[in-house]
Amino acid sequence: MSSLTTLTGQLVEEHNPWPRLLVSTEIWQEAIRGLVEDRWTLAGLWGDDGGVHMALAAAADLRVLSLPCPDGHFPSVGLLHPPAIRLERAITDLFGLVPLGAADTRPWLDHGHWDLRTPFGPRQDGSEPEAYTFLAAEGEGIHQIPVGPVHAGIIEPGHFRLHANGETIVRLEARLGYTHKGTEALMRGSDLDRAAKLAGRVSGDSAVAYAIAFARAVEAALNTEAPQRAHWLRALMAELERLANHLGDVGAICNDASFSLMHAHCAALRERVLRAAHTCFGHRLMRDCIVPGGAAHDLNVAGMQTIHALIREIRAKFPGLVSLYDNTASLQNRTVAAGILKPGLALKFGAGGYVGRASGRDFDARRDLKYPPYDRLSFDVPVFQEGDVNARVWVRIREIEQGLSLISQILDGLPDSPIRADIPSRTGEGMALVEGFRGDILVWLRLGEDGKVERCHLRDPSWFQWPLLEAAIEGNIVADFPLCNKSFNCSYSGCDL
Amino acid sequence: MRRLLFQALVRPTLTEPLGQGDEAELAELGSHLNQATRARLGRSLSIRVLDAGSCNGCELEINALSNPFYDLERFGLRVVASPRHADVLLVTGPVTKNMRDALKMAYEAMPHPKWVVATGDCSVDGGCFAGSYAVVGAVSQIIPVDLTIRGCPPSPSAILRGLVSLMSLPINPDMPK
Repeated sequence: MSSLTTLTGQLVEEHNPWPRLLVSTEIWQEAIRGLVEDRWTLAGLWGDDGGVHMALAAAADLRVLSLPCPDGHFPSVGLLHPPAIRLERAITDLFGLVPLGAADTRPWLDHGHWDLRTPFGPRQDGSEPEAYTFLAAEGEGIHQIPVGPVHAGIIEPGHFRLHANGETIVRLEARLGYTHKGTEALMRGSDLDRAAKLAGRVSGDSAVAYAIAFARAVEAALNTEAPQRAHWLRALMAELERLANHLGDVGAICNDASFSLMHAHCAALRERVLRAAHTCFGHRLMRDCIVPGGAAHDLNVAGMQTIHALIREIRAKFPGLVSLYDNTASLQNRTVAAGILKPGLALKFGAGGYVGRASGRDFDARRDLKYPPYDRLSFDVPVFQEGDVNARVWVRIREIEQGLSLISQILDGLPDSPIRADIPSRTGEGMALVEGFRGDILVWLRLGEDGKVERCHLRDPSWFQWPLLEAAIEGNIVADFPLCNKSFNCSYSGCDL
Repeated sequence: MRRLLFQALVRPTLTEPLGQGDEAELAELGSHLNQATRARLGRSLSIRVLDAGSCNGCELEINALSNPFYDLERFGLRVVASPRHADVLLVTGPVTKNMRDALKMAYEAMPHPKWVVATGDCSVDGGCFAGSYAVVGAVSQIIPVDLTIRGCPPSPSAILRGLVSLMSLPINPDMPK
């Protein structure tokens, strides 16, 4: 990765902790070239009043480029750099800003049901659903299998269009947006309490990670710091959330390979984590337990004992499950070499979390950005090269083990201090990148004079993972789609917002 | 695997025993539900879960109903894959406008008699998403709702409790015999 310093522009004041630059079209194009040449990674692309912002990451360095769009358009990033395509389609749906030269101009979030168009831009009343044309796959014997938006299991809604030749998947295309709730529009003009609640409800399984990301962005914007103990409590909740989700996923992936024994055992451990969370913080998913300025719940001695007991139990039971996974040939037969994601694509898309780390992308916001308290904790970031379902399971297994160690370290090192600092009410711009269980979550926001949210953008890791599922599934059999899909476990609500 | 299976045989079951403390509630739920269900339908109750735009929090807790602690199926409650097999439509989310048609279609595909349970604060009144250009709000604005279960998300035991109280509702007089 090369340095972002070659990208120059007019520095925007009051933007923390990374610089934001107003750039010319030339620099915007240079940024796109850098993306194409893998000199840096696209961390986000979103609309604002009269312009677009692009967040770029090169190792631990981040930068936001802002391009004003007085004529309502901007040079397409997606034309040369495919990870930006769906982000651009969302920008057009919400803001009416047009990416010039974009190859894919189909709507993404707007299905024609909102009774209005471009809710953030020049609002226009009335809209009609239009026929949606899926990308084609042609050839003798190719048939289509439409799946969703309502699925057979207890999962979120989305449409998958499979083109298959016999049992083999030739092309998969997802159409999402079904759970679009207008979260970012609701945030506009909200006070911080309400906005924090909304942020915690972007993706229910990542309630903690989103709450931390939002809180950190607010604190960056206002140049304040949460008390030490709050940082440690946040990390404790984040690791409990990661533990619960990874345990659930490992079991659910095995269940999709019809190995329900593993599912039952993992689900029991997951339930233990959620019950411990409820005992300690009053909510099973630890929702609304983190607020801008600190944490809303402290941990008492009884809570610490509960978590110690939880760690002991998982440490006692989990190794047996790992060897069960590793030694069951029928299960390995399904997961090994299924749904391979090539490392080059994971790098190109900046895939975070287990999707990226199972395909050789060695990035973890906790380690690389060293936000507190992870600068004081020791942990390994497991990385695998194979990129198959098996590797994605192993990343989770190793992260569960690391998580147990992290939680022990947090309990041992939990400093004494207040858990909440006062938050001033003033203007500012802030950004945060926080490692959720699924990958890095980006939150960018601008606060107005009254301290209310003027614009807040929340970028789920799934934006850069969903398209990769489509690549990984190619050439696999239809029956392996649920298995591969579960191994990615992308968020629908997180992307749809 | 043999060791794990053997341990499962000799160790006490995780499924919470009937008739003690917090478990008493579940126990009562169990027998109550069985009687009521048999009285109404003479068989187990089939549930189709439909996410009408939730944040996936409610789905996590509905999924938890199948774990060994709650073991939904011991009460004769079963999650089915098709609305055509379902007695109950368990709906979550603030009904996004993009899901409105799908919700209607799923409801219409269910045979009579049928019940609708709106699960989670969002499904009751839109929750914190009420007023958005992209959501309808309450499930009851689209299809008739027989019961609401509050919570963000409701706990698994709250959802179980809700399903029981549903079975105590009077039978809808318009319902085809």
